[in-house]
Amino acid sequence: MQLYQEYLKPQTIAEAVDFLTSAKGSTAIVSGGTDLLLDIKQGRHDPVDQMIDVSGIKEMGQISLEDDFIYLGAAMTHKQIIKAPLLQEHARCVVEGCGLIGGPQVRNVATIGGNVSHALPAGDGTISLLVLDTEVEIASPEGAAWQPLIEIFAGPGKVNFDRANNLVTGFRFKSKGEGEGSAFHRVMRPQGVAIAILNMAAWVKLDESGNLDKVRVSCGPAGPKPFRAVKTEAYLSGKTWSDSVLQEASKILAEEVSLRTSKHRATKEYRHQLLPVLLRKVMDTAIERARL
Amino acid sequence: MITLNFIVNDQKHELEIEADEMLADVLRYRLGLTGTKISCGEAECGVCTVLVDGEPILSCNYPALKAEGKNITTIEGLAKDEDLHPVQEAFVKHGAVQCGFCTPGQIMTATALLNENPDPTDGDIEYALNDTLCRCGTYPMITNAIHAAADKINSGKPIEYPEFDFGGGMEVVGQVVPRPEANKKVTGEAVYTDDISFPDMLFGATLRAGIPHGRVKKLDITKAKALPGVQAVLTADDIPGRVNHGLIIQDWPALIGVGETARYVGDAIAIVAADTEDIARQALDLIDFEIEPLPMVTNAVDAKADDAPLVHESGNLLKHIKVDKGDIKKGFEEADVIFEDTYFTPSYDHAFMEPECSIGRPLDNGQIEVYVGSQIPYADRDQVAEALGLPYDKVRVRGPLVGGGFGGKEDIVGQIHAAMLAQVTGKPVKILYDRHESLLVHPKRHATQINVKLGLKKDGTLTAAQTELYGDTGAYASLGAKVMGRATTHSTGPYIVPNVKIDCYAMYTNNPPSGAFRGFGALQAAFAIECLMDQVAEELGIERVELRRKNALRVGSVTNTGQHLTESVGLLECIEKTEKEMLAYTGGEDPFLAREVEGEPNKRRAWGFAVTFKNTGLGEGAPDNASAEIELLEDGIVETRISSAEIGQGLVTVLQMITAEELNLPIDQVRVYLSDTDLTPDGGPTTGSRQTYISGNATKFAARTLKNTMLSTLSEKFNLPPEKITFDKGVIQANGQELTFAEVGQIMREEGREPKLIYDYKSPKTTPLGEAGDKHFAYSFAAQAIEVEVDLETGEVSVTKAVGATDVGKAINPLGLQGQVEGGLIMGIGHALTEEFIVEDGQVVTDYLSRYRMPSIHHVPDEIKVIIVEDPTTDGPYGGKGVGEISTMPVPPAIVNAVYNACGVRFHTIPIDQDWLAGEIKKKK
Repeated sequence: MQLYQEYLKPQTIAEAVDFLTSAKGSTAIVSGGTDLLLDIKQGRHDPVDQMIDVSGIKEMGQISLEDDFIYLGAAMTHKQIIKAPLLQEHARCVVEGCGLIGGPQVRNVATIGGNVSHALPAGDGTISLLVLDTEVEIASPEGAAWQPLIEIFAGPGKVNFDRANNLVTGFRFKSKGEGEGSAFHRVMRPQGVAIAILNMAAWVKLDESGNLDKVRVSCGPAGPKPFRAVKTEAYLSGKTWSDSVLQEASKILAEEVSLRTSKHRATKEYRHQLLPVLLRKVMDTAIERARL
Repeated sequence: MITLNFIVNDQKHELEIEADEMLADVLRYRLGLTGTKISCGEAECGVCTVLVDGEPILSCNYPALKAEGKNITTIEGLAKDEDLHPVQEAFVKHGAVQCGFCTPGQIMTATALLNENPDPTDGDIEYALNDTLCRCGTYPMITNAIHAAADKINSGKPIEYPEFDFGGGMEVVGQVVPRPEANKKVTGEAVYTDDISFPDMLFGATLRAGIPHGRVKKLDITKAKALPGVQAVLTADDIPGRVNHGLIIQDWPALIGVGETARYVGDAIAIVAADTEDIARQALDLIDFEIEPLPMVTNAVDAKADDAPLVHESGNLLKHIKVDKGDIKKGFEEADVIFEDTYFTPSYDHAFMEPECSIGRPLDNGQIEVYVGSQIPYADRDQVAEALGLPYDKVRVRGPLVGGGFGGKEDIVGQIHAAMLAQVTGKPVKILYDRHESLLVHPKRHATQINVKLGLKKDGTLTAAQTELYGDTGAYASLGAKVMGRATTHSTGPYIVPNVKIDCYAMYTNNPPSGAFRGFGALQAAFAIECLMDQVAEELGIERVELRRKNALRVGSVTNTGQHLTESVGLLECIEKTEKEMLAYTGGEDPFLAREVEGEPNKRRAWGFAVTFKNTGLGEGAPDNASAEIELLEDGIVETRISSAEIGQGLVTVLQMITAEELNLPIDQVRVYLSDTDLTPDGGPTTGSRQTYISGNATKFAARTLKNTMLSTLSEKFNLPPEKITFDKGVIQANGQELTFAEVGQIMREEGREPKLIYDYKSPKTTPLGEAGDKHFAYSFAAQAIEVEVDLETGEVSVTKAVGATDVGKAINPLGLQGQVEGGLIMGIGHALTEEFIVEDGQVVTDYLSRYRMPSIHHVPDEIKVIIVEDPTTDGPYGGKGVGEISTMPVPPAIVNAVYNACGVRFHTIPIDQDWLAGEIKKKK
């Protein structure tokens, strides 16, 4: 089986878009290939005519801080992310999420853009980006446009943009302000595929007296798409963090998520049991970091 | 085709490649850099790791075109100017090399770590090596090696051999020596079957049944044959000789023909040889094949029902194995208390790092040569010859290095197919399974259901034991009757039980076949009895180590099969030493009580305990022999030749050491040549923890005989009594003269005495079950204590400490022994925590390595204490007995018992399901 007929390596975003739009046959954007190539090899994805490798595009391989925004190129590898001082300071949850993926060999090639574009409901990178209110930049023949990350997901493995003509090129989120902190955690099953049974990220902003001013929580797999727990967030904002608040928040979270049993991986009941455990862990850690 | 320019190991290359080739394939098959291995092909195992511009990547899933203009370092590029890189040297000296197949990946990953972090902690090493898997479980020694390499790089500290508190006592035997093949394994020069290629070699592929039970209705190969590049398409009609193969019972067709029945998803329907692997696979798609599903049976208990679908016309019962001792009725009547429970163990895959590969090759002399990494070269030869309709000597089986076996490379998988295709095409044909095919096809561990009923006096003395076992042997017999036989005799534990009744049913089903796997049925049996012993101890209020000590087999005991144990029963010493070390960790506190973990209010720790025993050798009446050939070569090297297999366990080292010991030769003057049916006499199967004992004895006596022949030659020549001639470190003193081995060899040749002989060793006789006499000539014993940590909220379980003692008779090769014991422990942790081979309705669910998880460095306990007990057995080499299997066996029950002690939830099945555990803990609150 031929995985692909041609392997193209554009050097600019414009060139990548051009390759996409001018292609006669099927195309796929690839960077590390740690998911896509295996999906093709194992029959979960059709072979494509043109594989477009965006890992060499310099514009997509940068991390910068500009005007209170952190800009994160989509072709940044997990290794580059966990080593980046800017992200260690401003996006601890992303560093944690990306640091848990694979071994060094995978982290050296797998990119954050690939994790997000794969659109799995429990992508560790995706879930951690969501609590930073991340926006995603999508390049198309019409140019580049920013939109909220949460809006691009359409279902397991599915996105709202047209993969045949568009590609994810970068992310941006607000740099860390006073009294803010974030954290990511997950529970794995020792048997079977290395996808979290449940993962969760939290971002908090504390007010001057140390109460929760604003909170964001995301988790997966909590439905067909990566999930932002907006009701839980609304409840938590303005509260003083305590055991009873955790309990109440866990109840709200349990109501707004859609957890299910996946055969050989986890029961719905177990996932529900993990919700308050993970919520406590990510909230405790995020608050601790916000106080520093 | 497209041009690729890149630099590999400082050398520029310009190659024409296909656009979709992966870097590993280009390195291996276009550049011949076969040191980079492919184990899973799915970016799971880390074995294919190479450095790209200094960074480690997985080359099996890295498009070669990504490497355009980049600098690649492979294992072959690490050593500079003949000197090993410090990481390579440390791996050799620290025994961090066993089967060696993952070694290049481990070394490349470790080197990248040290380049970035020159002085890593254990935690750094664990983080860096977490996805670089070693099925031999060499992780503790790898960690030691990386620290030693770091010390050498940072401060020039020379790398020393590790020291052990066992072994020793003799000139060579018992000393710490590296594997003779270790240097090749760390430099990438080591040759495994897929590393071999021939100029006009074809590639084979196999069409599989795809359903668990069905009758082949149609099989039309016309289109496949017509595909350009296809050289042969063969079906059952093309088998020249016997259709069925099988190690004991020949019930497994090499190919299933039209009108015949496929009995599991992996049954072979047709085979293709083509110019490339890609064409061979395309040809499979062109075969017009129809199969009509038949009702299936997929569980050993269901298979015994009267109305169960029949897997074989002869019925579903492969064997009913019985043991009766004393009077079971009376035994239970004498008991004060009776306990009974039922346990389940799943199937497991060996997941050896090297997937199966066979090359068939026609020779000019009319022979068919088969290269295969096999545990039983002579059985392969015989089965290939019978299938091809050839005399045995027209087939030559040659074994390159074997990248792990664990029992999984005893049966025929691709050998007959490769030989058939070679015979028909007149060209060499390679059949290489990818991980997916390997998981589907080869025999697994038997899934079992084991019911145990024990009768005891109030003081804990066992009066009766009755067990009933069901073993799922899958579609074909393989070694199923033997495996379940061992499950039978081990099902009442290493205990004195006066009254015993056992019924075991080895049942055919439509699941993949089950066969040999480290522990060989006795592992499953140990799980059941050792769980129940803990339950009994708690109910009776007897301390659980004490209950075992009270009933433990000892010299003078009679086993459940009526064997009188007269020596070498080190069980009590294993129990004592393990208990003592465990109590040292707890400071004398009860190790079996749950303890809180400091700073982790939701975690509990506790220890668990289990004991076990395992026969050495085939036993139960099977002749258990080996022949070793020894020759003093002209250059003074002594070569020992035997067909037995080196599968990572260290047999080459053991035979080299024994030869050197017997001849008082420096070890580097001994060479061992294995696994060649034309040039090495039959050492028998590498199974049943038998090679150190059987092939070790054959080698010992062969070397002794050679020495006697040398002595008598010199004695006659110099007219000296033999006792006046001395051998010391390769120098022979006779008549005031100093002679080298080469010189003595020359004298012998001049006198017409060929310095070459074969010694046929026959092991002590054993008898079948039901007859009087010994069932086995030796048993090894072990005790294992495990501390686990349970997260009460998430149900997550990890092993934090492991203390175990193993009675091996004599520690012949301490470096190898440490690796076998630690590796066995880690495989046992895998069986309890990470692994399960799942088959549903006859279809394999765990059909990729990403779904079948072997333990990684992450699962290694924080602390491991290996205790070796040396209670010698008279007929073993220097007292030695088997050790290959036993270290895995007590681990799953010790873990399950520890989990119970930590949180009060008892598992009756493995692996530990954290989901269920978390639910049960919640219910108890």
